[in-house]
Amino acid sequence: MSTREPGVRRLVIVGASLAGLRAAESARRTGWDGEIVLVGAEDHLPYDRPPLSKAQLDHRTGDDLVPLRSRDELDGLGVTTLLGTPATGLDTDGRRVLLGDTAVAYDALVIATGATPYRLPGADGIAGVTGLRTHSDAVAVRRALDAGARTVVIGAGFIGSEIASAARKRGLPATIVERLEVPLSRSLGPEPGAICADLHRDAGTDLRLGVGVSGLESTGGRVTGVVLDDGTTVPADLVVVGIGVRPATGWLEDSPVALHDGDRGVLCTASLATSVPGIWAAGDVAHFPNVRFGGDLMRLEHWTNAAEQGALAARNALAGTGEEIAFLDTIPYFWSDWYGHRLQFVGTPRADEVVTVGPHGPGAIVLYRRGTQLAGVLTIDRPRDIMKFRRLVMEPGSWDEALFQAADRVTASA
Amino acid sequence: MRIDVDRSRCEGLGMCEAMAHEFFEVGDDGFVVVLDEAPDEGQRAFIRAAIDSCPVSALSLRD
Ligand SMILES: Cc1cc2nc3c(=O)[nH]c(=O)nc-3n(C[C@H](O)[C@H](O)[C@H](O)COP(=O)(O)OP(=O)(O)OC[C@H]3O[C@@H](n4cnc5c(N)ncnc54)[C@H](O)[C@@H]3O)c2cc1C
Ligand code: SF4
Repeated sequence: MSTREPGVRRLVIVGASLAGLRAAESARRTGWDGEIVLVGAEDHLPYDRPPLSKAQLDHRTGDDLVPLRSRDELDGLGVTTLLGTPATGLDTDGRRVLLGDTAVAYDALVIATGATPYRLPGADGIAGVTGLRTHSDAVAVRRALDAGARTVVIGAGFIGSEIASAARKRGLPATIVERLEVPLSRSLGPEPGAICADLHRDAGTDLRLGVGVSGLESTGGRVTGVVLDDGTTVPADLVVVGIGVRPATGWLEDSPVALHDGDRGVLCTASLATSVPGIWAAGDVAHFPNVRFGGDLMRLEHWTNAAEQGALAARNALAGTGEEIAFLDTIPYFWSDWYGHRLQFVGTPRADEVVTVGPHGPGAIVLYRRGTQLAGVLTIDRPRDIMKFRRLVMEPGSWDEALFQAADRVTASA
Repeated sequence: MRIDVDRSRCEGLGMCEAMAHEFFEVGDDGFVVVLDEAPDEGQRAFIRAAIDSCPVSALSLRD
């Protein structure tokens, strides 16, 4: 083990979720034996979010919070947690993270504060209206479904789609309101978006496209309906707002840490260094140039990305002088489960051409081309195939091969 | 060294295959198949990384 950065004795990680936890674990794995302090706004030990919109909404499973690591495991790793303690500011001169009236000093810092859902204007204080990001959000949604709520999801993104799916699985009415004419067309493209729309319709979800929300109706402080800007009202007992998230960087606004002009995420290099020496970032909060995709600046909201970046940020934060700093070499990957279908995506949808091979529905393979390169792949219900395509995304000049393999796999499964 | 799969946990997400397709493959039923259950000691770090990448901790190594 090479000598660690002289003077680095305390690693502070702000954000006690997936990226933050992985940062702590990877710090220990590098053999580093200094202090680790994990600061989190939520009262809970780090837990996993994907189940919040999947298993935890199912009436057959429990909604208990199972942390990713137990208190004992964290103690074993020598990680001090400061939970229920949001960071309120950053003093880079004094090397301190401000926590309201107190502060914690750092020698190296990893920012892993993730993202928070956008709120619907005018919805604050109306019962029955929520986002879905935290365990308590999931409990609220679940309770409403248990009570047989008529559900309206605002925004046809992946999480919103999973919520509609959970409602339909219980036989409850579900409506999705989406401003775009085709759901997910911005993130996946129009044709795959249309396939996703059919998944909703086939499951009996009422999909209202090309229409916005102009307000909410409520009685006695409880929501009763969603008013659309075409003048119609959809009755609702539960309204889940899924119109996107923004990086949780309010606490960094007055600091010299450079933030993205648009969404205020933390701007990082390919090694996850921020603009301030000694400060690194990881997960949903971080923008980084992806060398694999022409240096495109990406901010991903995917589980595997948060896990991978958390580990990398801590390793680089603690690397000794002269030690090699690792760069991200990521092929983005995420999955989403709706109505018993599994959608999986590898790579990037920013492409010159999008081709759907096979059925325009379950079993589809959608290929995204950039130049002569396979840049991305979406599969529906093909758990066996997706990672084989991931390998092709890594190969230069892989487009023709991808078309060939996709046709081959579709024939094999026909 | 042996690779164990907890089939009740595996969700067929395929990260293990992405990291080490020589050792893991997701089948049509959406569960992982371990292609070589008793791999060479020299592969330990490589396999460890794949096991750690599993989002639902379905994989483990046994000596
Ligand atoms: C309902 C749901 C379903 C999902 N499903 C999938 C899926 O199927 N597949 C997939 O790939 N990804 C999925 N994701 C995305 C995945 O969970 C995220 O990418 C991942 O959680 C990001 O981890 P993170 O640690 O970067 O941020 P987060 O998980 O957002 O954690 C950030 C933490 O920092 C805390 N924090 C914020 N501000 C402060 C502050 N000022 N001080 C201290 N702490 C602070 C927050 O309270 C939070 O606990 C899903 C997400 C959600 C919400
Ligand atoms: S990564 Fe985990 S869940 Fe995914 S296929 Fe491998 S073992 Fe199963």
